Amino acid sequence: MDTNWAYNENVKKHFMTPKNMLAGAPEDYHADGEGSVGSPACGDMMMVLIKVKDGRIADFKWKTFGCASAIASTSALSELVLENGGMKLDDAYRVTPEQIIAYLGGLPANKIHCSVLGDKALQAAIDDYYKKNNLTNPIKKAESPIVCQCLNVSEEDIRMEVLEGATNWETLQERTKIGTVCGKCQENAKQIQANFVKRYYSEKTYNPDKEA
Amino acid sequence: MRVYLDNNATTPLHPDVIKAITDFLPYYGNPSSLHETGRDAKEKLYSSINSISEFFGCPREDMIITSCASESNNIILKSFMNKKYDFRPHIIISAIEHPAILETAKYLESNGFDLSLAPVNEDGVVEIETIKNLIKKETVLISVMWVNNEIGTVQPVEEIGRLAKEKNIFFHVDAVQAAGSIPISFKDLPFDSASISAHKMYAPKGIGLLYVKNFAKRKKELTPLIHGGHQEGGFRAGTENTIGIAAFGAACSALSKEMEKNHAQEEKIRDHFEDRVQKEIPHIIINGKNSKRKVSTSNITFKYIEGESILLRLDLHGISVSTGSACSTGSLDPSHVIMALSDDKERAHGSIRFSFGRENTMADADYTVDKLKETVAFLRSISPLYKGE
Ligand SMILES: Cc1ncc(COP(=O)(O)O)c(C=O)c1O
Repeated sequence: MDTNWAYNENVKKHFMTPKNMLAGAPEDYHADGEGSVGSPACGDMMMVLIKVKDGRIADFKWKTFGCASAIASTSALSELVLENGGMKLDDAYRVTPEQIIAYLGGLPANKIHCSVLGDKALQAAIDDYYKKNNLTNPIKKAESPIVCQCLNVSEEDIRMEVLEGATNWETLQERTKIGTVCGKCQENAKQIQANFVKRYYSEKTYNPDKEA
Repeated sequence: MRVYLDNNATTPLHPDVIKAITDFLPYYGNPSSLHETGRDAKEKLYSSINSISEFFGCPREDMIITSCASESNNIILKSFMNKKYDFRPHIIISAIEHPAILETAKYLESNGFDLSLAPVNEDGVVEIETIKNLIKKETVLISVMWVNNEIGTVQPVEEIGRLAKEKNIFFHVDAVQAAGSIPISFKDLPFDSASISAHKMYAPKGIGLLYVKNFAKRKKELTPLIHGGHQEGGFRAGTENTIGIAAFGAACSALSKEMEKNHAQEEKIRDHFEDRVQKEIPHIIINGKNSKRKVSTSNITFKYIEGESILLRLDLHGISVSTGSACSTGSLDPSHVIMALSDDKERAHGSIRFSFGRENTMADADYTVDKLKETVAFLRSISPLYKGE
């Protein structure tokens, strides 16, 4: 029975017949920019290779080690980026996990952390492209308010950690050390974390298109 | 084509079991009732209980029918919490126990017990020396599974049992995965107690067994989880799962006749399967291969790829297997069993368990290898970790 398969039809399609994956060796592709994130020990790793032309992503290839949603989300990202003749570099740099998840039509909440990697690998590839060409990346990462002044942990950092499964305070603190110096930010930080947890994990499936 | 290779998770009902269930359905009486309707049900159950008792080589007085092996395991471990100690009691379990033991032991730990997890060697076996070295004068309980559910390795439970007896320590065995695979005669084994689950041996879910040696004498040392009526010698209340018992009995009768044949067939199929995988798929590790294993279990790590994606692609070819990868559960921690024998997360993430049963054929094994080859080759082709042959 397909109706209660682990993922929705769209995820299944991208998992079974992924698009734009690189079948051969990365060296033979001669990418303009290459980025890898994740680690095999964590169970997920993604490599993104891009070719750039006239400030746009002219080609996007990827390799992924990971679960079905990790494979599907990288495939979805590749389609998203290559639509309409390729995204402009600055737009591509700002692709969010939400966009990927929405493109797939939602992912199980406990799987979100896998798909966060695609956008980060793409950013790393774009950074690599600028570096290789001795250019500075004109795209400023959106400034995110600092929550923990002592250790320079921003709201965005908390959001990313929550997406990667830090749904309780202990885990967040273990990973970022947030609030371990003066401790003044703790109340506020806990609230910010709780809001993100509610946003991503209150339903079994997270679909940004259905958000209130 | 549907190929079910997850018999360590649960088994299909044996045809004799289906018949026994159907035949039992009209016997709705409560076996405790004095009237004829009740007596009829009781009478019917009598032979089922006998079959169970015979199959496991244990006297009726030493059997407690439960709802599942998790319950049986809980009864034993939690009984140790209800005793009074003037020292900090210590318990030893193997590092590869099923959560039904592992989590219960951790619960005891959170209630003040001193808990040791006995590590396994790289072949997935707890060595007797390891247990010996962990024993302290405060040790009150040792619990080791007979056969591991993920990799099928057989543990030296008889030796551990003799050691425990010598040291006067209670010894419990989770025998769930041994039932139906290894001939068992509890009365001749050095176990103080053992758990069995019917749904791993072709009977339905919701019925299990707890064996306690010399239960009549031991009873006062143990505490029921469910207080109430006088069922199971007043130790486990609740009106009997009569249909479950009838089914469990039928499974025992059937297996007592065909266990040897099943065993030989499963071994032949599993060995053929592993031979082909080894010849035709490079970069694999057969977990626990160097030790004695349950003949129907094969646990294989496919390097450079992840278990959930293998599982789901096989599923779409109609093949049911399971994985030790973290992704399948949504947690970040891969199988504690594969980790215990290798401390290698990648090895755990890429592991798949194939567990065969009485219904499987050589054709099932061949079909699975064919689909597996395709799946592994495809996933490797898109894996950044795979650098070619
Ligand atoms: C070794 C082992 N112990 C205990 C259990 C739990 O059995 P039950 O489902 O009857 O609670 C299982 C089942 O997965 C098992 O494999």
